[in-house]
Amino acid sequence: MAEFLQFVFSGITVGAIYALVAIGFTLIYNASDVVNFAQGEFVMLGAMGTVFLGHAGVPLLLAGVVAVLITTVVGLALYRWAIVPAREADAVTLIIITIGASIFLRGVAEVVFDKGFHSLPALLGSNPIRLGGATILPQSLVVLAGAFFIMVLLWAFIDRTLFGKAVRAIAANRVAARLVGINTRIVVGASFALSAAIGAIAGILITPITLTSYNGGTLLALKGFAAIMLGGIGSAVGAVVGGILLGLLEAFAAGYVSASYKDAVGFLVILAVLFVMPRGLFGKATVERV
Amino acid sequence: MSMLAPLERFRLLQRRRLAAAGASKSILLDRFRLLRRRRLISLVPIVAIVIILPLLFSSAYYYRVAALVFLFGIAALGLNLLMGFAGQVSLGHAGFMGIGAYAVAIGPTAFGIPPVLSFILGALLSALVAFVVGRPILRLKEHYLAVATLGFGILLAIVFTNEANWTGGPDGMAVPQLILFNWPLRGAAVWYWILAVSFLVGAVIALNLINSPTGRALRAIHDSEVAARVLGIDVAQKKLMIFVISAVYTSIAGSYLALLDGYITPQISGFLRSIELVAMVVLGGMGSVAGSLVGAAVLVILPQALTLFDEYEHVVLGLIVMGVMIFLRAGIVPSLAAAFGGGRS
Amino acid sequence: MANFRVAAAFAAVGLATALLACPASAQVKIGSVLSVTGPASFLGEPEKETLKIYVDKINAKGGIDGQKLQLIIYDDGGNANAARTFATRLVEQDKVVAMVGGATTGTSMAEIPVFQDAQIPFISLGGSIRIIQPVKKWVFKTPHTDRMACEKIFADLKKRKLTKVALISGTDAFGKSMRDQCIAVAPKAGITIVHVENYGPHDSDMTPQLTKIKATPGVQAVINTGFGQGPAIVTRDYRQLGIPYPLYQSHGVASKQFIKLAGPAANGVRLPAAALLVADQLPDSDPQKPVVVAYKKTFEAKTGKPVSTFGGHAYDALMIFAAAAKRAGSFDKAKVRDQIEKTKGFIGTGGTFNMSPTNHLGLDLSAFRMLEIKDGEWTLVH
Repeated sequence: MAEFLQFVFSGITVGAIYALVAIGFTLIYNASDVVNFAQGEFVMLGAMGTVFLGHAGVPLLLAGVVAVLITTVVGLALYRWAIVPAREADAVTLIIITIGASIFLRGVAEVVFDKGFHSLPALLGSNPIRLGGATILPQSLVVLAGAFFIMVLLWAFIDRTLFGKAVRAIAANRVAARLVGINTRIVVGASFALSAAIGAIAGILITPITLTSYNGGTLLALKGFAAIMLGGIGSAVGAVVGGILLGLLEAFAAGYVSASYKDAVGFLVILAVLFVMPRGLFGKATVERV
Repeated sequence: MSMLAPLERFRLLQRRRLAAAGASKSILLDRFRLLRRRRLISLVPIVAIVIILPLLFSSAYYYRVAALVFLFGIAALGLNLLMGFAGQVSLGHAGFMGIGAYAVAIGPTAFGIPPVLSFILGALLSALVAFVVGRPILRLKEHYLAVATLGFGILLAIVFTNEANWTGGPDGMAVPQLILFNWPLRGAAVWYWILAVSFLVGAVIALNLINSPTGRALRAIHDSEVAARVLGIDVAQKKLMIFVISAVYTSIAGSYLALLDGYITPQISGFLRSIELVAMVVLGGMGSVAGSLVGAAVLVILPQALTLFDEYEHVVLGLIVMGVMIFLRAGIVPSLAAAFGGGRS
Repeated sequence: MANFRVAAAFAAVGLATALLACPASAQVKIGSVLSVTGPASFLGEPEKETLKIYVDKINAKGGIDGQKLQLIIYDDGGNANAARTFATRLVEQDKVVAMVGGATTGTSMAEIPVFQDAQIPFISLGGSIRIIQPVKKWVFKTPHTDRMACEKIFADLKKRKLTKVALISGTDAFGKSMRDQCIAVAPKAGITIVHVENYGPHDSDMTPQLTKIKATPGVQAVINTGFGQGPAIVTRDYRQLGIPYPLYQSHGVASKQFIKLAGPAANGVRLPAAALLVADQLPDSDPQKPVVVAYKKTFEAKTGKPVSTFGGHAYDALMIFAAAAKRAGSFDKAKVRDQIEKTKGFIGTGGTFNMSPTNHLGLDLSAFRMLEIKDGEWTLVH
């Protein structure tokens, strides 16, 4: 029983990390249909930025805020200088552009920061919480809370504000949105900025557990991408549920099947889910427009 | 009346699409017409390059880089058939490279199968795997198809990494030399000719395929699956067929890579390799045979050229990838062709 | 028309490649292909810095036999295929007289045929014993093998009268290779391995695997083979679960970064490592002391970073080559190779090297020291 509980805790720890990374994909996708392959680099920039500002003597809280702001600007720049000029290019072209951006950002981080691994102190200390013979670190709960908090904010933002309505309008029909007077550039640009900020915050929160390095964002983003596909792309709730499910799956696979094949189990389940529900668990069924 | 409706609707749709799709689509269509008219003549410049290039080569290093260009050209061509002509994305094609590579590595060492036979068996195995996984996977669309193929590639990479008794694990394994008629194939120059000729053969087959009824059916699927289905095309079967062919191309490239290097590691089917293949297709130009080769050339040669930039190498590489996609949106070959006379002479 | 453009594009590409071939200068060239980026960058980076610093130093002193060295370094990103291409480039284009590099086992193995065919000495910095066993005429290496690390740990376990151990290893090349070596030499050392677990090199939580080890009856100690971030996370999770047995790490974490990442959890961890890490604590009578203290001082002053044993391997390789070239009296490849093989009593950062036609490494178990981390510092176990 204690073992089972420990696997659950491990699953929640890892799942919350995936969820927090995954949720960053949501807004950009809703506003522009782009799956941003540079999302992992936003996560890395937030974390590495905080670490290095901290090294430079900036108090950590302030360092975190500045790192999030810098990442936000990077997100805006990505939109302005890479996505806008490519305007109506098709999805694969846009994906390659964001992959180019991710190579570029990693390259910059490699020069500006360094190639080592770094960590940040945990918010609530590192004394494990004991429960029923199993343990979990307080930081895991912080990450989980962060994921839920951002999920609720995002939901409220998209469902309850004028901006959110604009995002949904653009997602439904870009030309029509423009016709009714929505400035698509500002709305989509803001989505990139917000997604970058969410990524940076995620990076800062998860680094006490995952550690960070200049190329640490890529694989996290891969797992985040898998998580949103499991949950259903475009849905904030789907991203969080997908992330936590994926984490639990991996933990149970490592505990009861084989640690070597835990990633394989994760992907197999995603494939199985997609075969039954081709748009993920929470994806909206859309009618194909011809 | 009711019988005519779908056809009319399809034509209307085609016209609307042509009007709306802008530059990239019409370039592709022009390209198709051009290919149909010229067929194999379009390969003449590539043949000329294959023959002339060695005159410029001063060492085996050039032969090796050029051989790698043709090798990845074969893989990119395979993926291009799937992406450019059938409009289906795959983020897991490096998995097939891995199957081909490990076939020529494991076949001779573990089972005593001659390398040449292992090479063929590898291609057949890839075809079989593609056939089995293709049907369920290809039902998915867009990003869901992307993540499913991604998962497929990663699954294979995990197997190659973990089954160390067969594959040597993450450190990789040595690959026995290919011996043809008592003549061991070694040296970069030999491989240059083998790979250049293989690419040309692959290109001829691809061009014939594109211009066959199957090729036309595939392009219809690319433009609109619904319309294609309405026209009576067995969409699922055609998609599966092109997926299998595309897997065979990539698998053959993987076998060649293993034989050329004489050593392989599981990185061959890693996620980054898959992404690199997609980038080659998109950079060179989706739906363009020559584009596959140009895309491969760019991504093989750039890292060699960028060593000049030392630690700024990746910054420059990222900028070039972004720049090409922004300014030559349809890919290098189709965009340049359009810029200089719309591809018609 | 379009095809002409394609041809033009090709010609341009060909021209660009032709331009890459810089004319040879009068200097003697030595080459290096390192994994400066990618997952093994923590190996490649200090190796690159070390080679640069010491080639400059050799040149500042007038070079070898009055000839200055020119160092050419390429980054393979940890990719075996790229490593092979760059190795070809060093041999065919740059015409190097020797190669010092090959940061990992996988990249080194892919490069070996190039240097064997071209008959150029190649001193690898990869870990696995496969690089030099079976012996290859032109191939040497300087890092301790993973088998030696296992033997050193097992010897320490025996001293503590612990015989039943659990293994947890990364599925990266280093972790997997050392795991296999430990399993292979355990019976001879009188050690029983009662449980084996592994984790992916990018995993962020290893508690499920450690929970299984905790639940395995009879475990007396745990050994973690792996490098990079994994061991730091294993160490933290190990303490989180409150597992009471001694924890051993491998020489793959022999850098200050590990202590920083694992934090207080690192205290009490033991690992086999080169004397370099405890340079200041060595007794003055230790013959290695002057070498390691000098290297540590130079490296830390030039880079501002703490030394790791990885850079030390590059130092050893470069110096073995330099000494061999001096003895050979020329840069003739065959003569230099013969002299490298005759290296005797060379004191490097990794230990004392005594090479022979059958041993292209030349280190014995005494090269490893058993260290324990106490209060965030390396200490020698006596």
